[in-house]
Amino acid sequence: MNPARKRTVRLTVALSAAVVLAAALIYTSFSAASPALTPSQLLAQARPGHSYQLTGKVLAGSVRRSGSTLDFSIEDRAGGAVVPVAYTGTVPDPFREGREVIVTVEKRNGAYVGERDSLITKCPSKYSAGPPSAGKQSF
Amino acid sequence: MLVAIVTVLLLGIAILVISAPLRATRSAPEPDGDDELAALGIAREVKYREIRDAELDYRTGKLSQADYETVDATLRSEALSILDRLTELGEQDAD
Amino acid sequence: MAGLGGACLLLALAVCVYGIGASLYGVRRSRPEFSDSGRRAVYALAGILTVAFAVLEIAFLRNDFTFNAVADTSSRTTPGFYRAAAVWSSQEGSLLLWAWLSSLWSSLALFLTRNRMRDVASYATAILLGFAGFFISLMVFYANPFATTRPAPLEGAGLDPLLRFPTMMIHPPMLYSGYTLCTVPFAFGMGALLARRVDAEWIGAVRRFAFAAWFLLGVGILLGARWSYSELGWGGYWGWDAVENASLMPWLTGTAFLHSLMIQEKRGMLKVWNASLVLATGTLAIMGTFLVRSGILNSIHAFGGQTLGVPFVCLIAVMIVGSIYLVVSRRGMLRSEHRLDSLLSRESIFMANNLVLVGLCFVIFWGTYFPLISEALTGHEASVGPPWFDRYTVPLALILVLLSGIGPAIAWRRATFANARRNLLVPALLGLGTVALLLVGGVPGDPGALAMFGCGAFVIGCIGQEFQRGVRARRAMSGEVPPVALLALVRRNRRRYGGYIVHLGIVVLFVGVAASSSFKHSVEPTLSVGQSSKVGAYTVHYVRPTATVSPAQDAAHTGSTLALGAVLDVTKNGRHVATLYPSEGFYASDEPSQGSVGSLIGGQPVSHVAMDAGVTRDVWSAIAPDLETPQLKRIVQIGNKTIPFARPEDALIAVAFLARSYLQHPPPAQFHFIVSPLVMWIWIGGLIVIGGGLIAIWPSGLALRRRARALARAESAQPGAGAEQGLARV
Repeated sequence: MNPARKRTVRLTVALSAAVVLAAALIYTSFSAASPALTPSQLLAQARPGHSYQLTGKVLAGSVRRSGSTLDFSIEDRAGGAVVPVAYTGTVPDPFREGREVIVTVEKRNGAYVGERDSLITKCPSKYSAGPPSAGKQSF
Repeated sequence: MLVAIVTVLLLGIAILVISAPLRATRSAPEPDGDDELAALGIAREVKYREIRDAELDYRTGKLSQADYETVDATLRSEALSILDRLTELGEQDAD
Repeated sequence: MAGLGGACLLLALAVCVYGIGASLYGVRRSRPEFSDSGRRAVYALAGILTVAFAVLEIAFLRNDFTFNAVADTSSRTTPGFYRAAAVWSSQEGSLLLWAWLSSLWSSLALFLTRNRMRDVASYATAILLGFAGFFISLMVFYANPFATTRPAPLEGAGLDPLLRFPTMMIHPPMLYSGYTLCTVPFAFGMGALLARRVDAEWIGAVRRFAFAAWFLLGVGILLGARWSYSELGWGGYWGWDAVENASLMPWLTGTAFLHSLMIQEKRGMLKVWNASLVLATGTLAIMGTFLVRSGILNSIHAFGGQTLGVPFVCLIAVMIVGSIYLVVSRRGMLRSEHRLDSLLSRESIFMANNLVLVGLCFVIFWGTYFPLISEALTGHEASVGPPWFDRYTVPLALILVLLSGIGPAIAWRRATFANARRNLLVPALLGLGTVALLLVGGVPGDPGALAMFGCGAFVIGCIGQEFQRGVRARRAMSGEVPPVALLALVRRNRRRYGGYIVHLGIVVLFVGVAASSSFKHSVEPTLSVGQSSKVGAYTVHYVRPTATVSPAQDAAHTGSTLALGAVLDVTKNGRHVATLYPSEGFYASDEPSQGSVGSLIGGQPVSHVAMDAGVTRDVWSAIAPDLETPQLKRIVQIGNKTIPFARPEDALIAVAFLARSYLQHPPPAQFHFIVSPLVMWIWIGGLIVIGGGLIAIWPSGLALRRRARALARAESAQPGAGAEQGLARV
């Protein structure tokens, strides 16, 4: 094979490998992703057995700890729909009522169960580097 | 008051620093060949390093004797052409 | 004073505008005095911004609450060190830090190239001033660090307790140094394309800048991971969070660039690729800066302030469009001078390494920006989690590690196949043998981890072999004893052996990552005093609770009002291993609704983890004490009712009473224990990378130049005869 042909072959192989990787990437990302929903969207769309990323504010007065489960409710940022969540796992330091959180939930037997260790709290102050799931309970 | 004084001071220093080249009288502009000379000088150093690298490759067992001699000869002829061009430029300058 | 700061910003903006104009005029009209003036504008900018930064820093140290930035992020009770560092914990202060660092690096880079590449440097000056001007404009028009409120509030909000850790405070300046340094090779890359000059001189200069950026960015990333692991309450060092990824992406393209630049230097190839890489690195760095402060992605690092999003998007769009346009329009001068000699050559391994690094970057890019992509394509926002990232990055990382071992065993230009095969045999056996040994030794059969261990052993074998053979070759020439020969070998071949050390560090780091992620044991028990819990091979016994009140006694000196913790006794097979003292700090909040006593401890609680770090494993512990028991809540309520806000000393006594009550009747507390094997090797690997990098970049000094001059003289006297002299040194 002359050098020019060799180069074309190499280029084709490399490009094909890249295309295959990209295709695999793109395909799995869409199927592995969990949609981000607000409480009102979740109540409308949630199907049992699928996991969703629930984002919203922690409803004041709704936080209760019973054993290893933390129960709290999440409401829409602008107020409105409320979703109760039963969560187990690490609770980030900044977690408290009124803060914005993201938690992966799944609808099981009519109730919303939080996926273990998936609770993330957004830091409220304008410029704060906050932690991912930090391990502690707070007020 | 203090703020105003410091601000004016800063402005003054900045203007002095920035305008220095504009106020200085310039000697003759640099020859154009300077850039090519500098680039060739660096290319020469790079080529020398390549020659040393090739020898190190041979001595650490990555190349057979025959392959090393081929590579070494190629690199040295490339180095020579760089040196030739440098001498050329040097002669041009001397003219 | 704030007036001085504001005036500095305006002055700085004016200097930027002038500098851009002067540099461009100087290069287009061949008036070198204007180019020089433009360069001096950068120096002036650095000076002005230093004054501005000093003004802000002094305001923080003096607790001048007329400055909004100080009032928002600092307080009288914030300890001195954190007050000084709080400057960059606010949006405005961080912009000033960015602009200041950028001006410093730009000045340094332009000073170092002041006598060379004048046309390239002029364009680079304009671009660097453009970046600085952008950030200064943001401050002047959107987020002014010198904004004031009069009358000044009596007390500030205080530094977020989560940031009160030494590593956390050094991490932003390090990371920003990395980000801002990435703009320098970007500017010189653009400059070279604009001036149509991509030659050996440019390569040498841009390599140094790219290395500095790569180095500081890498240190920043390592510090961030270390902070996350040793100070935060989740016990992990990497979460594939958007902001972590944003800093990793330019580092990956920077690594690729450092490798492929060597090919361009030697063979005049890959010019288009390198130009694209250097421009991409700068763009990714700006995108990283943007991500952290725009809140467009659901990251816990969302800084809010949507207003800054639009200008950044415009800047990034300009950078991308400009880069693509320049590379396409200059593709004629970017044509390769040579072709690849052979697939079996170090050049081709480097190219493979580049592909893997860029592939990694693409995977991370896709995953990080996926919420935006999915929203744009499907209308629904969705995100991918760590498992998805792991699935793709682990195999790519394995390939990368393999390549870093194969590369050293292959010669430049064209390797001899028989030799290569022979060189790789022993390390390959070492790798396979290691895997077999581990399996026999009872290590759980985790394929990813075992593959990494095997590849790691292979690479260590390759690198060790390189050192051994190099020393042997040197000793054949000089007869030195091995240690001296080793030093001389490394000293004379810094780039090669420094590079090998960097690869060694990376491998050690990956082995640490593989072991600590695949084989860690984690439990979250709720324990009462006297109870124990098993984690891995260790037993942790809750001996007794601890409590400290008031900042003076706060062991971490972070200013917490109350810190509750535990004394833990860690044993293994009955033998005492360590005593750990984790605690949780409760800080004052600024919410009066919590009451006079409640507000002293109602602020964000922060975990202070305690760990026993060891060479083979870390034992990590964290505690979440329960302050919600009826008894303790009652104390707070009574305190709130009976103690007025005007008597904080009495409220503090109430907190002390709370602490005593906690000590006398401690409720069960929630704990988190983790045993991670080989975590220490991640930090050790990082240090090795740093050391190797420094060795690689260290200038080689006079010896090489002298030798080269001697060779030149010999060559011109007798062409071809110079071969025996001077070069026969390894």
